[in-house]
Amino acid sequence: MSKETLFSKKNRLLLTDPLDDNNPVTVQVLGICSALAITVQLKPAVVMALSVLFVLSVANVLVSLLRSFIPSRIRIIVQLVVIATLVILVDEVLKAFVYDVSKELSVFVGLIITNCIIMGRLEAFALANTPWKSFLDGLGNAFGYGWILIAVAFFRELLGSGTLFGYPVLEKIGLYELGYENNGMMILPPMALVTVGVIIWIQRMRNEKLIESN
Amino acid sequence: MNVNKNSYTIGFASIMVVLVAALLASASIFLSPFQDRNIELEKKQNILQSVGIEVERNDSEIAYSKFIKEEIVLDYKGNVIEGSAFDVDLNVELKKDIENQNLPLYVSTLEDSSTCYIIPLRGIGLWGPIWGYLALKEDVNTVFGAVFAHKSETPGLGAEINQSFFQDYFKNKKIFNDNNEFVSVTVTKGGAPDGDMHAVDGISGGTITSDGVTDMLKERITRYLPYLEANRPSQEILLPIDSTSVVNLISMKNE
Repeated sequence: MSKETLFSKKNRLLLTDPLDDNNPVTVQVLGICSALAITVQLKPAVVMALSVLFVLSVANVLVSLLRSFIPSRIRIIVQLVVIATLVILVDEVLKAFVYDVSKELSVFVGLIITNCIIMGRLEAFALANTPWKSFLDGLGNAFGYGWILIAVAFFRELLGSGTLFGYPVLEKIGLYELGYENNGMMILPPMALVTVGVIIWIQRMRNEKLIESN
Repeated sequence: MNVNKNSYTIGFASIMVVLVAALLASASIFLSPFQDRNIELEKKQNILQSVGIEVERNDSEIAYSKFIKEEIVLDYKGNVIEGSAFDVDLNVELKKDIENQNLPLYVSTLEDSSTCYIIPLRGIGLWGPIWGYLALKEDVNTVFGAVFAHKSETPGLGAEINQSFFQDYFKNKKIFNDNNEFVSVTVTKGGAPDGDMHAVDGISGGTITSDGVTDMLKERITRYLPYLEANRPSQEILLPIDSTSVVNLISMKNE
């Protein structure tokens, strides 16, 4: 096997592919439930994206390191243990040193463990690839998941509450004086689905690879 | 090495379990002093909030020692017993019989030198525990302020009980009626009638959590009635209420 450089074209693709062509949320339609649950405001969405980034990349590396030792019959259990351990560790550390963030995150701890993107990447990628590649794959998929999450949260918070990160943007630019009103619908979970749908629509319009031919 | 042998699988699982358990246990032991400190500061912050003092969590220690003058523990008859209110875990106390419960109570002296009695609350919401603090003014009747918190109420619905708009409804409500009978403050679905001194508006879509708040207030304040009656300013006529009738009242409610 010829030696591959760290950032060969193939490796770079691991990082960039999940952002668009193979996005875990909009193309593979995984991790939807957390995309609905926590995109009312930007702050929790960012916290969630960062947590998944950490858990996914570290879990990918760990499982990849262990891949030749993991008995195939209990591999799913092993993956779950790795993910759950990481999530609990993160939560404990946050509780001790960044208490406010941990309060924000507490609801999501369960959501991270059950996020099918993480299990999916461990099962589909880390078990069959080297640690470095798995790390890149983890980063790529977490970014792919994160940017959708943040994009959805951006529109839901802006249109639903008129704020961004809690800052009253629309009030400051004086939109309310012109008779504008917040759209309360955007706060409700179904609108997250519609927003994701709109993103998928736009993505398929401009990305020819995703258009099915029949 | 054959990683699919039964013995290997069992060995792998055992080692993994032991390692993970050791890792998590040591993390928990090492980090718990830091976590407990945060929880303690937050508790102080919440107690201060109920008497209208807003401080950052890290500053709550100083403000707490300035404004909270007494941390007393009561028995069910309203007698002050030994101990510090701050060390009483309501979660543990609520599981005991009424006669054996320790009732924590904080007494605060505010900047205008008026006294507030702060009753810690704990009850049940829709998905998990809810808790809070209720501050009563010197007349032990008028609500000075209330703070509520929850573990896992529905975001946007029941979870709104920790928002100031809801907590502000409680200000200046009264827990005794004109005949000096205890009526508590009720969270009312569909909105409280105008001018009702014993009711506040409920949260649309959060009825079960709202009812949880009502029950929590009623149940907790009832326990403090002997003490409150004894500390009521003298000009008012007291209804004879002894501890057995309190016990009866509670057992009636539980049925």
